[in-house]
Amino acid sequence: MIKSLLAAAALTTAMAASALAADMGPAIVFDIGGKFDKSFNESMFNGAEKFKKETGKSYAEFEIANEAQREQAIRNFADKGYSPIIAAGFAQAEAVTKVAKDYPDLKFAIIDMVVEPKNTESIVFKEHEGSYLVGVLAALASKTGKVGFVGGMDIPLIHKFACGYVQGVKATKKDGTVFQNMTGDTGAAWNDPVKGGEITKGQIAKGADVVYAAAGATGIGVLQAAADAGKLSIGVDANQNYLHPGKVLTSMVKHVDVAVYNIMKNGNDKFEPGIHALGLAEGGVDYAMDDNNKSLVTDDMKKAVEAAKADIIAGKTKIHDYMEDNKCPVE
Amino acid sequence: MDFSILPEILSSTIRMSVPLILACLAGLWSERSGVVDIGLEGKMLAGAFVAASAAATFHSPWIGLALAIAVSIAFSLIHGYAAINQRGNQVVSGVAINMLAAGLAVVIGHSWFKQGGRTPQLDDASRFLAIDFPGKDALVNMEGLGPYMRILFDHSILTYAALALVPLSAWTLAKTRFGLRLRAVGENPQAVDTAGISVAKLRYQAVIIAGVLCGIAGAYLSTALQTSFVRDMSGGRGFLALTALIFANWRAWPALWACLLFGFLQAVANFMQGAHFMGIDIPVQVFNSLPYVMTIVLLAGFIGKSVPPKADGVPYTKDR
Repeated sequence: MIKSLLAAAALTTAMAASALAADMGPAIVFDIGGKFDKSFNESMFNGAEKFKKETGKSYAEFEIANEAQREQAIRNFADKGYSPIIAAGFAQAEAVTKVAKDYPDLKFAIIDMVVEPKNTESIVFKEHEGSYLVGVLAALASKTGKVGFVGGMDIPLIHKFACGYVQGVKATKKDGTVFQNMTGDTGAAWNDPVKGGEITKGQIAKGADVVYAAAGATGIGVLQAAADAGKLSIGVDANQNYLHPGKVLTSMVKHVDVAVYNIMKNGNDKFEPGIHALGLAEGGVDYAMDDNNKSLVTDDMKKAVEAAKADIIAGKTKIHDYMEDNKCPVE
Repeated sequence: MDFSILPEILSSTIRMSVPLILACLAGLWSERSGVVDIGLEGKMLAGAFVAASAAATFHSPWIGLALAIAVSIAFSLIHGYAAINQRGNQVVSGVAINMLAAGLAVVIGHSWFKQGGRTPQLDDASRFLAIDFPGKDALVNMEGLGPYMRILFDHSILTYAALALVPLSAWTLAKTRFGLRLRAVGENPQAVDTAGISVAKLRYQAVIIAGVLCGIAGAYLSTALQTSFVRDMSGGRGFLALTALIFANWRAWPALWACLLFGFLQAVANFMQGAHFMGIDIPVQVFNSLPYVMTIVLLAGFIGKSVPPKADGVPYTKDR
């Protein structure tokens, strides 16, 4: 009798607790740039909106305006009992780590970075796989056999993009040439479209006719310079095909929206702590096709890239990840 | 090294030099009158932001240019008020202008366009395109010489304006009454004041001219070279222009050569990344740092001498 009473009490408490948590629902903290940045943050926002539309449940959100607000915003949501709390971007890692340790009962997630605490989920992407596919497309679309890569800041993550891209190009055209340039060594390299444009013009002058930009806002200048010169470019992160319709070959998209949607949908009950690397198989990265680039990608090209994709998913082709050993097998 | 891309590098040199030339002339005017201008970068950035916003809103690069100049002048006047009326520290005021412009552009831009401080992309009608000279097509498509023609003829009107402003500035400063007085006020304001000419008025005229030039430089970045404003897109070009000004010994013609040289180094850095030269890999950082290294060498007195205007940065106080 007493046993069953206790069990019932425990059950009620558990139900009450979970009901409380479910009441508050998930929260998301966007990074500087805001939810309408046409790129990373907006993609997360779209994932959250999809969750809202499909489940009818609401979520809390905050757009930070300066760096000091990161921890404040996350802590504020935690105080109110929101869970899981999703933080956008690598810059929030420190704030998430701190707050997650203070609230061990809540769930936290971060996109594009790995954090330590046990109640956190870290989502990273296999950018090298998506970059490989756009490399295949670039090699097939190029008439000169020369293609370009313009990176932002000279950091291992960007070399990861470059290395995957080069592997894709070389796998398709053995004697293909890839010009690789980085915009700079400081954070300013993400925001210098003028320099990005000049580097692109330089690569085009050397014969490149497809240029892949993995350079944040600097990439806008890359896409512009390529479009002005009548050459093709490849966008990154979000689908940027629409920026210059008919002149952007494709975009290497990171499906941050899918990641956010899944975390919100899984909620607290199915929360999966730990590191999750999303690649082609998981639908984390892909190449973008829409009306804007339909005419640029022929059926043969599509067939080739789909075959490459299937091989990677099946594990037949292994794409080297630059960040494993800071080396790239091809140049 | 591959010399076939030489014409492209020279074209790029012109493109990279234009904002430097404009900002450097702005610095020249301001400092020749005795007002140090660290705020070139900020004014250029404000100009770039306003030009791109206005061009996107009104679909005209000219309205963008006009408003960019207006806002840049407004920043100049703030600097002028602090430096001339209040006799404040001119370096501090300039730095404040830089911070103010960088912050405001992002905040206002985000609240207007909701693109994280970026401005909408401009279509061809709302930006400065290369001028379509009569017979240009025939020139630039010429066998062999075509690419070299491109160096001279494939630019927007702002480029030619910048180049024309060099002799104009040199002539005005050297030959006109206004220019001579302005230089005098930067060397010896007491003498000018004794002659019954207003020091403050001359200095205000100088900072306004600096504002105009920075506004054009900003518009060039966001509506001629590029088609939108991006946070911090001036990328230190205002500071590089100041370096060029020191390198050019505060003179207009040498300023042009200094800016072309610095522009050439930038172009080489952009085009020659990963290039092998006589079997050696030259790191791109070498080219990027050369302007600063050369200026330091100059200041150390190894090649000639650089002497600023005597009253540069000194607020003028009337003796009582």
